Amino acid sequence: MNPEKKTITKKTVEHVARLARLSLDDSQAGKMQSQLSSILDYIEQLNEVDTGDTQPTFHVLSSMKNVFREDEPRGSIPVEDALANAPERKDNFFKVPKIIKEN
Amino acid sequence: MEDIFSSFSSCKNWLASQKGTLADIASSVADRISSADKDIRAFIDVDREEITSGARDIEKSGKKGRLWGVPVAIKNNICIKGRLTTCASRVLEGFRPPYNATVIEKLLSEGALLVSMANMDEFAFGSSCENSCYGPTRNPWDTSRIPGGSSGGSAAAVASGEVPAALGSDTGGSIRQPASLCGVVGFKPTYGRVSRYGLIAFASSLDQIGPITRNVEDCASLLEVISGHDEMDSTSVNRDVPRYTDSLSKDINGMKIGIPSEYFTSGIDKGVKERVEEAIEVFRSLGAETVDVSLPHTKYAVSCYYIIGPAEASSNLGRYDGVHYGHRTKKAGDMIEMYIATRNEGFGEEAKRRILLGTYALSSGYYEAYYLKAQKVRTKIADDFRQAFRKCDCILTPTSPTTAFKLDERMDDPLKMYLSDIFTIPANLAGLPAVSVPCGLDEKGLPVGFQLMAEPFAEETLIRAAHAFERNTEHHKLFSGDKR
Repeated sequence: MNPEKKTITKKTVEHVARLARLSLDDSQAGKMQSQLSSILDYIEQLNEVDTGDTQPTFHVLSSMKNVFREDEPRGSIPVEDALANAPERKDNFFKVPKIIKEN
Repeated sequence: MEDIFSSFSSCKNWLASQKGTLADIASSVADRISSADKDIRAFIDVDREEITSGARDIEKSGKKGRLWGVPVAIKNNICIKGRLTTCASRVLEGFRPPYNATVIEKLLSEGALLVSMANMDEFAFGSSCENSCYGPTRNPWDTSRIPGGSSGGSAAAVASGEVPAALGSDTGGSIRQPASLCGVVGFKPTYGRVSRYGLIAFASSLDQIGPITRNVEDCASLLEVISGHDEMDSTSVNRDVPRYTDSLSKDINGMKIGIPSEYFTSGIDKGVKERVEEAIEVFRSLGAETVDVSLPHTKYAVSCYYIIGPAEASSNLGRYDGVHYGHRTKKAGDMIEMYIATRNEGFGEEAKRRILLGTYALSSGYYEAYYLKAQKVRTKIADDFRQAFRKCDCILTPTSPTTAFKLDERMDDPLKMYLSDIFTIPANLAGLPAVSVPCGLDEKGLPVGFQLMAEPFAEETLIRAAHAFERNTEHHKLFSGDKR
């Protein structure tokens, strides 16, 4: 497919980190760049496989189709249990930092 | 005296003969762990009171289920209501699930004694148990070596005799590889055979929970208990659970065992190759017929897996944002800054590497070249198996190309670590059941295991073959404790 190796740049690593809500300092980004490059180089071998008319596997058991049930109301986890692990809460809510910046 | 933890039957007989009580079992587990685990560190933490109160609950229920009084260690990514469930990650520190995983409900209803917090690689990312934020588990056969991973704590706890059984999870070999390296039996069921409800997700299209035990009989008993359809897991399959224990003690005369040349290439330790070839001879002597089969796409399995696994993991791990549970940064900032700082502090290096790899593979412009391509190659790998199973009932390979390696040996080379799972990954990609069975020691005195794989839902074939091997050999009687 692509004869030249797709090397991942440090800039791309930093961009992907932002997408994944991570941040890397300069030396971490450099280390990840070199490790991810060697992993991606290895993975390039997938291009040797002719998959022209092959269907992708989205479920390993082809007999499995969408699973539905009747839409009936059921009980759920009590509010107190759901909030028990919250790092911060207020009343019956999870508390988070401000989202909208003040002017 | 026979070790009461060497098998379920010795444990249950001991209780039934009233030589001891459930309370004795509980204190025996706690004692063994507090002594053996100083060196092995199979458990992140052990709470004597939890074990004791578990025994009291079984007593109170008055029921003598199929696992009555059998201590079962639980990998720390399977939710037990109210008990610390961390996935060996800082990002889940302090998390106590509000519900039980389905497998936990099943164990409790059969009277098993739960022993929580078996150590693991963080979020099951690893093949050595070194990626735990609580530090590595050691191999009971040689504590300078790794137990394998990611269910390293589960396998080491069984191999060291701390417990007779454990549950692990297997996404690319995480039950079978540590079972092989620790000299115990490890079974990955067909995808969909065991409910994943309450298993903290790594890669949802590959993950399965399964048993780790000292022998095949116990493996069959435990598998029988945990299998079955569950409406809480839409990927679990609505199909009757056979009595797996009925497959024990059957002969294998005429069984066709496929031997794929792709699994016997260079790069396998000499000791591994020799022991596995001897195992093949044992099967022949028992009347099985070996046939050559070809699985030509085997060499692409690791590449395929390291796209699909991280892609699914990166989306599954999106939920760790410091809002609902687990760690939250102490640093001040807005919402996005809070997310970033929480995740940076919470995830270890391998988790970050896989999140980055998966996010990259799914990102705009790369999805088709990586993720879709990998899913197509996955179809090719599964097709190889479909072809092969026209000629044979099951396939025999080494479980791992090497025996247990030294701590730190592969930590700086992620790719080399990933290749540890080269023989176990294909069964996950194709959704097949597979078992690792001990078949002796290498020249260093380290355990070797062979792997048997079969068609989806042919667990019975695997148990029949594995048990026939075990009945006619002594390898499963080797015990790390005899060496220590």
